Amino acid sequence: MSLWAVVLIASGASFVVKYSGYLIPQRVLEVPLVSRLANLLTVALLAGLVAVQTLASGSAIQLDARIPAVLVAIGLFALRVPFIVVVLVAGIVAALLRNFGVMS
Amino acid sequence: MSMSPESRRVLRTAVAVGLATAAYGISFGALSVAAGLSVAQTCVMSLFLFSGGSQFAVVGILASGGLAAGPAAIASSTFLGLRNGIYGMRMAPIVGPNRWRRVAAAHLTIDESTAVALNQEAPRAQRLGFWATGIAVYVGWNLTTLLGALIGNALPNVSSLGLDAVAAAAFVGLLWPRLKQLQAAVVAAAAAVIATVLIPFAPPGVPVLVASLAAVLVGLTNILHRPSGIAQPDDSSAPGEIPGLPADKDTQ
Repeated sequence: MSLWAVVLIASGASFVVKYSGYLIPQRVLEVPLVSRLANLLTVALLAGLVAVQTLASGSAIQLDARIPAVLVAIGLFALRVPFIVVVLVAGIVAALLRNFGVMS
Repeated sequence: MSMSPESRRVLRTAVAVGLATAAYGISFGALSVAAGLSVAQTCVMSLFLFSGGSQFAVVGILASGGLAAGPAAIASSTFLGLRNGIYGMRMAPIVGPNRWRRVAAAHLTIDESTAVALNQEAPRAQRLGFWATGIAVYVGWNLTTLLGALIGNALPNVSSLGLDAVAAAAFVGLLWPRLKQLQAAVVAAAAAVIATVLIPFAPPGVPVLVASLAAVLVGLTNILHRPSGIAQPDDSSAPGEIPGLPADKDTQ
């Protein structure tokens, strides 16, 4: 599978999902399970991505400068600091810790 | 013909949300290039996939697993996008029955456009809010994606020291506004634990997919759901908090 294939298939699937919402009868929405599942699925996938992006290095767990960076990010999001500022600060925290050899 | 004050207010909100979202685009563009995608592939994703969480997921999973994780990247992206299908159901009556209009609307159906539309009372304002926000976010997101990709291309060494942390922080930022309810917070914690435990045992990309079982289990049983006396206590088909969108009547 090439990178282009991944990009195009993911894009096609995204549109199919969006458009199917316009074809499915509104009644389906009245089943609370459907919207609850879609909502919780988003939460679970994002939380899984946070964990993997913070702790994984290939197929190994590696504790490094990403952890303090993510903790700083959580603190800043809690203080309602805008997204772009938080991700920049997180990147700078990790880069500084690595640059000065404090953490890998 | 002059615009009503209400229309003007809706347009102002649309532009504010578009600007706030555009800021995400820079980090997406830079991360995507760092993950090994070309500037063209990065821009095609913003043009055609057009759903922030899913795009970050594709890039994050490809960055850690390479091409072998391609199928997992597609699956995660698609599952993350399922909520857009739910939004589509809610937007269908607002958009109307015309097929081509629906095709265009479907493409613009994301958290932001849906949230602004649902924030309005009058049908006219809902329609305007949906289209104006969708277009504002689409234009801003695509321009800043290109900008971020070019920046990432120009300074690969300077930025690589902290880019993995930027990606992790980006996922925290996408998740954060969705954690207000106990049920969601518990699902998030369980999913994070499942994904972490599986890192050494499953190929890259798979731990995240398996973590979604936490959502299926809690969703099917609906445990930890806190009923409340207020009308619409748990409207989980509405998007969460959106940057740039003023706090409104029914989220409080």
